[in-house]
Amino acid sequence: MASGIKDKVAILGMGCTRFGERWDMGAEELMVEAYEECLEDAGIGPERIDAAWLGVCVEEISIGKSSLAMPMALRLPYIPVTRVENFCATGTDAFRGAVYAVASGACDIALALGVEKLKDTGYGGLPVFDSRAGTLLSQWAPNMTAPGAFAQLASAYREKYKLKWEDLKLALAHVSAKSHANGAKNPKAHLRRPVTVEQILASPIVAYPLGLFDCCRVSDGAACAIVTTPEIARSMGKKDLVSVKSLQLSVSNGVEAGHKSWDGSYFATTRIASKKAYQEAGIKNPRKELGMLEVHDCFSITEFVTMEDLHISPEGGALKDVMDGFYNADGKIPCQIDGGLKCFGHPIGASGLRMIYEMYLQLLGRAGERQLANPRYGLTHNLGGMPYMNICSISIVGRYD
Amino acid sequence: MCNWDEDSVTMAVEASRDCLRGFDKRGVDALYLASLSFPFQDRQNAGIVAAGLNLNKELETADFTASMKSGAGALLAGLNAVKSGDYRSVLVAASDRRRTKSAWFQEMWFGDGAAALLLGSENVIAEYRGSHSISRDFVDHFRGPNREYDYGWEERWIRDEGIGKIIPEACAGLLKKLGLKGSEIAHFVMPCVFGREAAAVAQGLGIDKAAVADNLHSLCGETGTAHALVMLVSVLERAKPGEKILLAAFGQGCTAVLFEATGTIAKLAPRTGIAGSLAERREEKNYMKYLTFNNLIVQEFGMRAEGDWKTALTAQYRKNDMLLGLVGGRCTKCGTPQFPRADICVNPGCNARHSQEPCEFADLPAAIKTWSSDLLTFSVDPPAHYGMVEFAEGGQFMVDFTDHEVGKVEVGMPVKMVFRIKNVDTQRGFTRYFWKAKPVSPRAKEA
Repeated sequence: MASGIKDKVAILGMGCTRFGERWDMGAEELMVEAYEECLEDAGIGPERIDAAWLGVCVEEISIGKSSLAMPMALRLPYIPVTRVENFCATGTDAFRGAVYAVASGACDIALALGVEKLKDTGYGGLPVFDSRAGTLLSQWAPNMTAPGAFAQLASAYREKYKLKWEDLKLALAHVSAKSHANGAKNPKAHLRRPVTVEQILASPIVAYPLGLFDCCRVSDGAACAIVTTPEIARSMGKKDLVSVKSLQLSVSNGVEAGHKSWDGSYFATTRIASKKAYQEAGIKNPRKELGMLEVHDCFSITEFVTMEDLHISPEGGALKDVMDGFYNADGKIPCQIDGGLKCFGHPIGASGLRMIYEMYLQLLGRAGERQLANPRYGLTHNLGGMPYMNICSISIVGRYD
Repeated sequence: MCNWDEDSVTMAVEASRDCLRGFDKRGVDALYLASLSFPFQDRQNAGIVAAGLNLNKELETADFTASMKSGAGALLAGLNAVKSGDYRSVLVAASDRRRTKSAWFQEMWFGDGAAALLLGSENVIAEYRGSHSISRDFVDHFRGPNREYDYGWEERWIRDEGIGKIIPEACAGLLKKLGLKGSEIAHFVMPCVFGREAAAVAQGLGIDKAAVADNLHSLCGETGTAHALVMLVSVLERAKPGEKILLAAFGQGCTAVLFEATGTIAKLAPRTGIAGSLAERREEKNYMKYLTFNNLIVQEFGMRAEGDWKTALTAQYRKNDMLLGLVGGRCTKCGTPQFPRADICVNPGCNARHSQEPCEFADLPAAIKTWSSDLLTFSVDPPAHYGMVEFAEGGQFMVDFTDHEVGKVEVGMPVKMVFRIKNVDTQRGFTRYFWKAKPVSPRAKEA
């Protein structure tokens, strides 16, 4: 039986750009901004990096194909570089590449960087899926957008638990209001204005029942991590270490899309990936042991059902937990303490690494105004694709004891 | 008017599905399709309809076009093919989505529609008695190459020199051939844009005024070359055994055909038909929608509509039965229906390999499992609706909805799968078809 990734790899340094509408920067400049912070934090020069992973999702409006844009922008010293693309799980999957490389012993120090330049699209929202999404898929997939695809969850969840639209809408508004309150305290966040539940409920509908404030921001940004073994990190004089406790991916196999056993109200992948992640990290009771969460709140409903799929809220219990403030900054398990995708922003390829960045800052006590009291574990979660066919990635990081 | 995602091909598929109800479609030897509004000038349109219906591949298909009498011409060709003994069963469909400039009087006149008839030699509901055709280069209107709209001559001349002379000539010729008197005709089916002209022609032929079939203009408009068949189907819906039906279709001459209803007509299983389709209609009073659906004004769909919708014709052919026929698979090991068909069964408890046989989803009962109405995506008729549809026998997939009523869509609502335009690759002029889920309101539930 595999021993898992727990404590085999430590984070040597991290960096993250300010997320937002970075009209003055392309993917290249964003990469440099995250990389410089990361390199300084790690305390090494580029010559120490043995291999690198680049995560970019929508390459057609930024860097084009291959990994070349990163070594060329960062002037990396002719090392192996791999480009990763796995929808919104891209950043975490790039991190996984670097972590696994170090854990295997193939290299001592590896770099993972996620970047996305979305504001060169020319319009709001994510770029459309056309024939480039697949020669067959585009001939039969519905004329769908991300909010419309995720809004499906709401119709199924409401049906399953026989909720009133108003009650569900109110809970979803609380999800977004909490993230706005958190984002307001984050200088790197895209959105920094608190909004009220009333404002959220009054916002125009994008895809029923999701309104404008139920949707996360489409942003530019980059985030970066340099990883090594705990031993090497210690030998470099690092005292407080954050290590990787778990890295899991679960990818749909078509059951949700085509078999009636899936009722449309939850993420089958998240339920599986989170169980495996807790097992790998040695966490027995996530509701008690986890100190903070950064989950994929591309839409309020996504975060809402994810709370159950992570086995933290009981099935059917997300509404109560959300309304009780369980996930608020002052709640039992603060969620999206950095503002989340909702307010920090969502440059797709960077998002997974941005979440790990916040966990890293919190674990090292560097989160400033947002600092939580003594968290032990932090969980990050990404959900790439659509509820009915997706990639779920989960990482758990914590203090290396 | 038809919905924005319908054209002569999709309406022909739907009329044919209705027509084939209760019959073995695998036995169809030929499909003849008539239209003046084919989406393709070169790609056989009848072939698309045949694929949509998932007919037997050993099939003759042919397009009939370029005259208002083409619908009747396709019918006559089918009748002759069956009569010759070469074919046992021929499906004939006529369909038109009519284009006219805005603010022209044709706007008041034109309607979109389709009708289909299944021809055979056994257990027929109406017996073919004979036909008489006249060909005359009488140009009441025309449409040249690369022109979108008809150009027509003075109506008084058309009425007096064309309709008023050529139709009686053809009908009189047929009655004479068959040794019949006009008074023996129970139903006179004569599509004509001039409301009173059919009665005038009938009078000249000695046909009783009461036998003149309603031209349906007030109900569905003049449906082009489909209209003769639309009116004929409407008449067949109420014809009594023994009644004689005279059909006269005008257009550069006239084709006259005579049928006699048999005793079987009373036993025909109920279907939607013309009456049912009219009962299912959704009234649209927004003239701007008419203009946008018919591409009569310059519209902005935003940058989202600028995507490249090139179709990989290789993939389209490889998956032809899936994309046009909505044919999925059914696992022979566990019985699970699934869409699309795949090499490995989707049932997590089975996963058998290479175990699936084709399974038609088009007529399987289904209901909405999840949905949303999307105001972000570009659509000719926003908000676009789509969702997960679950089939009662198993299998589910995400699909666009159509013909829905905004604000009335709910989880659990039954749907009917319908063949529609998916989108149009305007850069290359290629119309893409797929199936959509049409919510069925209790009012329109089939008998």
